[in-house]
Amino acid sequence: MAVTAGHREATRRAVDPASGAQRLKEAAFKATMLLSTLVGLLFLLVLIVDVARDGVPLLSADFLSSFPSRIRPEDSGVRSALQGTLLLIVVTAAFIVPVGIATAIYLEEYADPERWWNRLIELNIQNLAAVPSIVYGILGLAWIVRGPLSLGRVLLAGALTLGLLVLPVVIVVAREAIRAVPSSIRDGSLALGATQWQTIWKQVLPGALPGIATGVILALSRAIGETAPLILVGAVAFYRFDSDGLLSSFSALPIQILEAVTDSDPAFRDLAAAAIIVLLVILLLMNSVAIYLRNRYEQKW
Amino acid sequence: MTEPSEARHSDGRNEEWAREAADVSTPAAVIAEPAGRETIFDVDNVSVYYSDKRAVRDVRIKLARNEITALIGPSGCGKSTFIRCLNRMNDLIPTARVTGAIGYHGQDLYASDVDPVQVRKRIGMVFQKPNPFPKSIYDNIAFGPRVMGVKGDMDEIVETALRRGALWDEVKDRLKTNAFGMSGGQQQRLCIARSLATSPDVLLMDEPCSALDPISTGRIEDLMMELKEDYSIVIVTHNMQQAARVSDMTAFFTVELDGDTGHRTGAVVEYDQTDKIFQNPSDKRTEDYVTGKVG
Repeated sequence: MAVTAGHREATRRAVDPASGAQRLKEAAFKATMLLSTLVGLLFLLVLIVDVARDGVPLLSADFLSSFPSRIRPEDSGVRSALQGTLLLIVVTAAFIVPVGIATAIYLEEYADPERWWNRLIELNIQNLAAVPSIVYGILGLAWIVRGPLSLGRVLLAGALTLGLLVLPVVIVVAREAIRAVPSSIRDGSLALGATQWQTIWKQVLPGALPGIATGVILALSRAIGETAPLILVGAVAFYRFDSDGLLSSFSALPIQILEAVTDSDPAFRDLAAAAIIVLLVILLLMNSVAIYLRNRYEQKW
Repeated sequence: MTEPSEARHSDGRNEEWAREAADVSTPAAVIAEPAGRETIFDVDNVSVYYSDKRAVRDVRIKLARNEITALIGPSGCGKSTFIRCLNRMNDLIPTARVTGAIGYHGQDLYASDVDPVQVRKRIGMVFQKPNPFPKSIYDNIAFGPRVMGVKGDMDEIVETALRRGALWDEVKDRLKTNAFGMSGGQQQRLCIARSLATSPDVLLMDEPCSALDPISTGRIEDLMMELKEDYSIVIVTHNMQQAARVSDMTAFFTVELDGDTGHRTGAVVEYDQTDKIFQNPSDKRTEDYVTGKVG
């Protein structure tokens, strides 16, 4: 029996219902999405080009190794601010890694979510992640610089304040990484006679480590970009000494950038651009390490 | 009925037993004891609760040493819940609660002075889905002995376990490679070998072949037949042919539906020699199940 032309036409319409108007709508939709994506990228590009134009000519080994100067911008550098930022990274990490991981382990492996106090802790951690950084600065000033700890305007106070600021992020990321380790791994370990602690230490944490490390690095890169809390805990903008340990005054790149851009002398603004490039390079390096760790070591279950 | 108030073992637990025993509404299951053989598990009136819902009730069976005991029954009848009581894996579920007593070589596993970690060192378990650790084959086997603090030649321990798990010849040249690269059947035999490395007394297997193809299943069944010379094995299976092929004794569980609440509780209907369960069961429900009329 022959298939009639009418049949074919009906079939064609059934499998290909998109009319011309519909296709146009699809295309317009896609173009809108693409344009929206480009807005963000364009601004980033403009920013980088602008900063690079002002800052790159100033970049040199001298720029990295000279102390900042209020008087002679041509000799000014970021030595103390760079030292401060790198030290802040190390000290903040030393604070948030153990505390963040321990909290995440408690909440994921031990806490009974039926208990009201555990639910309260969880709710608070979620809220803390949303608290503006200036509030942490005030907290740092009132409790760490002065008040109970009274450390003074020192690097350790800055690191602890930044640590408190990003701790909720670390906890949330570490919990997710721990939760991603399947319960069958815990069952297998416990069924072999391992204690709960052995199971966490030898099975759960190694499995969660790549995720935790990624989270810690991203949290740190957020911390070192922060300016407001460091202003409040008393970071110094033009610090003309090498860092002298955790209990000495300190500077940091964002602080110096802020001071330089607000200076009336345009020469200082170019210095700010150069310092921004240094900060961006550090951030990009840290994020690259995070991406590398994730791709290289992430466990597929 | 009165809920047993205290978590596992209060001083008044004998009274609880009495109350629960009096509460049994259906006739006691048809139970045959493994006559003349050494009992390894004496399960006395065990019920398991999740929160206040009873998942399994009044299990009374005795399991014999160096035999394979199969637990069969429809989905949701509490076989897996029950087998996880035998090495106290249910302790890990915060809402789970066990009443009754499980004698193991005469010692009540749920007595207050018994450490569940020690129990699991003697009573190994293999799970439904192969769960190798994301480590090398060697480290998978060595994990158990290491956490137990075993001193000695680890290479030899690993080789012995892999030989007993019928895996040695397939993996001896790639002991240091990641266990995730093995086939599903190999992974499951690795999990069995891993359990054997700690020299347990009993091997609990919770549907160990349900994720495997027939050839892998056959190999694991052969392995079980060899292992029962040295170990006592309890296996939960949905595959009745498997139960008939490998086991010496079979317990048939069923689901009882509470007409008022819709709550489902598992219970043992019949426990007997496997041949008897499959060829001449005493209970109509068992017969309907093993002949495929229900379930």
